[in-house]
Amino acid sequence: MVPTHYYLILSAILFGLGVVAFVFKRNIITVFMSIELMLNAVNLAFVAFSQAWNRWDGQVFVLFVIVVAAAEAAVGLGVIILIARNRQSLNVENVNLLKL
Amino acid sequence: MTAPVLIFFVLAALAILGAISLIVQRHPIHSALSLIVVMVALAGLYLLMGAEFVAAVQIIVYGGAIMVLFVFVIMLLNAGVEERTRLSKLATIGGIPLALAFTMVIAAAIARSADTVQAATQTAAVAPTKAVANLLFQDFVYPFELTSFLILVAILGAIVLAQREKERERA
Repeated sequence: MVPTHYYLILSAILFGLGVVAFVFKRNIITVFMSIELMLNAVNLAFVAFSQAWNRWDGQVFVLFVIVVAAAEAAVGLGVIILIARNRQSLNVENVNLLKL
Repeated sequence: MTAPVLIFFVLAALAILGAISLIVQRHPIHSALSLIVVMVALAGLYLLMGAEFVAAVQIIVYGGAIMVLFVFVIMLLNAGVEERTRLSKLATIGGIPLALAFTMVIAAAIARSADTVQAATQTAAVAPTKAVANLLFQDFVYPFELTSFLILVAILGAIVLAQREKERERA
């Protein structure tokens, strides 16, 4: 039996790496991928707690998170296609219409 | 060191290396492949925890559907190597401290809760998949139905976003 806090520490590390990727990547598709990485890290924590307390609600929540992530990916990639069409670039620094 | 712990460390190393590779790679398609490695490693960890159904869904939906969508968009947009631009000041000053602070806060919370987590009982009575199915279609049946609306809206949104230019030309 693997101790639960091993899973939680791995989850924290993956989430931190997701944050780093989100801040440092310049390509808008990769930025979007780092969001998926953070969602995955949270899912891992959910399943770890579900196993630790022997309650299955956590796994149901993971299924909902996956559904929401799928919906988000569909809409988000549609937005990315629009940005690429209008700006002719995938660099997030070129998407600055709301910047002062 | 027992076998499950060994498997955990192998899969955890795979996941962390994949995540680091996601950051280091400059071509989006390489980043996408690294992310697939992370997702498969996480599916293995779910199997290790006895969450078979979640592991299967992780492979099918994340590794299959979502990542194929990503690779498809990368190829559709012909995304090249990431431009090496000067990082904005906010990213340099705020980025790494922010990420470190996040990890520290989470680690502190884990350290405080480790005792209570370990104190919890660990006896499996029902097969997990059956228990998850019972919960999903009894207690969580309304949220489950609502997700189908969410997916419908997402499909409509994706179609509208992807088609807008064509309609504008016609108008």
